[in-house]
Amino acid sequence: MTGTDVPLQPKKKGLTRRQRRSLSRGAQYVVFVAVVIGVAVTADWGRLKNQFAQWDIAREMFPDVITLALKNTVLYTLSGFAVGLVLGMVIALMRLSSVGPYRWFAGVYIEIFRGLPALLIFIFIGVAVPLAFPGTEIVGGTYGKVALALGLVAAAYMAETIRAGIQAVPKGQMEAARSLGFSPGRAMVSIIIPQAFRIILPPLTNELVLLFKDSSLVLFLGVTLEERELSKYGRDLASQTANSTPILVAGLCYLLVTIPLGFVVRRMETKAQEAVK
Amino acid sequence: MSRPEIQVKGLHKSFGANEVLRGIDLEIGQGEVVCVIGPSGSGKSTLLRCVNLLEEPTKGQVFVGGTEVTDPDVDIDAVRRRIGMVFQQFNLFPHLTVTENLTLPQRRVLRRGKAQAAKVAAENLSRVGLSEKADAYPASLSGGQQQRVAIARALAMGPEVMLFDEPTSALDPELVGDVLAVMRMLANEGMTMMVVTHEMTFAREVADRVVFMDGGVVVEEGAPARVIGAPAHERTRHFLSRLLDPAMAQVEEETSDQVGGADGTAH
Repeated sequence: MTGTDVPLQPKKKGLTRRQRRSLSRGAQYVVFVAVVIGVAVTADWGRLKNQFAQWDIAREMFPDVITLALKNTVLYTLSGFAVGLVLGMVIALMRLSSVGPYRWFAGVYIEIFRGLPALLIFIFIGVAVPLAFPGTEIVGGTYGKVALALGLVAAAYMAETIRAGIQAVPKGQMEAARSLGFSPGRAMVSIIIPQAFRIILPPLTNELVLLFKDSSLVLFLGVTLEERELSKYGRDLASQTANSTPILVAGLCYLLVTIPLGFVVRRMETKAQEAVK
Repeated sequence: MSRPEIQVKGLHKSFGANEVLRGIDLEIGQGEVVCVIGPSGSGKSTLLRCVNLLEEPTKGQVFVGGTEVTDPDVDIDAVRRRIGMVFQQFNLFPHLTVTENLTLPQRRVLRRGKAQAAKVAAENLSRVGLSEKADAYPASLSGGQQQRVAIARALAMGPEVMLFDEPTSALDPELVGDVLAVMRMLANEGMTMMVVTHEMTFAREVADRVVFMDGGVVVEEGAPARVIGAPAHERTRHFLSRLLDPAMAQVEEETSDQVGGADGTAH
């Protein structure tokens, strides 16, 4: 449209769309900066530093916080994840089964273990199981108990994730596999599940991060000094030294794992997308 | 015609209250190429899918190579190894390379060794002219190439019969020719083929027999020159005129005798 044309619509009075947009953006910046400054000015940095950033206490924690506490956290998480993955896969397949009672059982399991706080499961495993089956020991001691408790909770979430992943694989894939002579089970294992796992890699890793944090519930099982993980270790040290620096260090150790993990997942996602798209 | 390779007797199939096949009798001899044509929803894809039991018939029998497919005691996986199937949507395994698409079924289903599976895969890829795509992933191929890989994958299992379910319907028009050329080659080699298609030129030139279906029944069948060239039934004439010259079709009332089929395609 050239300048000599008559405009189709008369210009509205007041602000134009462009003006309104820049005004709104400006206001958002102002609010954000004001809040940050407000918090920074009112906080008592000296006391905070005293309580949370004592370098000598932090230095004392190494290398145990890594070689013992972080190692145990990772161990608890991985064993819980392994149990959860296997159990979750079984429950997902039961949920998709053509056998009614299987579907029913899987549904009840998922509802119960998703509905209960993980803490209760830990207490249940730690207290109720030894009471109910006197004399029986859960294999692996504390490690076994944690793997079981974390696994039972994780399985419920993972079962739903895995089921969704399996159902997200197009129907034609199963038909193609069956028409080539695959049995239903073999088609599931060779064709469907590998594709499902590509789809659910991000939520599954998210579950790993959640488990990593939930492993702190080991606190309630009563563990030996050698079995302490990050949270327990940090808290013990905090009460010993009457200072919260160990909590901060433990927190940083969690982030040391969770942040790179998130980064790795994003890379895997893009790679999988390039391959499958 | 020697013994029938595919034999369909009194086949009925309903999806709930929807009766898609209403008594089909059909025989396909060894080495015969039969094209099944008909309007969308006529049941032709369902018929094809009943032959390897991807759909379970409500009533009736299907025999392939003398084995009754519909027998509940038959090892259906063993029977399906002898029946290759090609789908409208290709259905290649996207997480595997082209070669792996061909070798995995051979290894898992036929228990062939690694070297033999690779050799058979390479042979069949070269038959469909895609040797240079051996290491590509399906997503990087055109539709026509994907469909040729799908044909090669079926052939690698050494089938006695090939079923084609609208193999060119999902392809861009300029890619149809490559796929039809492969199918023509197979027909010339003496493969027994049952092809659900809208490609009338292919049916006319390659098929030994054309079957026209409508409303879940076979309306007429015979040599392509007769069924396509000089159809005896009004319904066949009507279908062919709409297919061959869609621009000349008239607006008409929808009739309720059209049976919604499982082939779910709109043409």
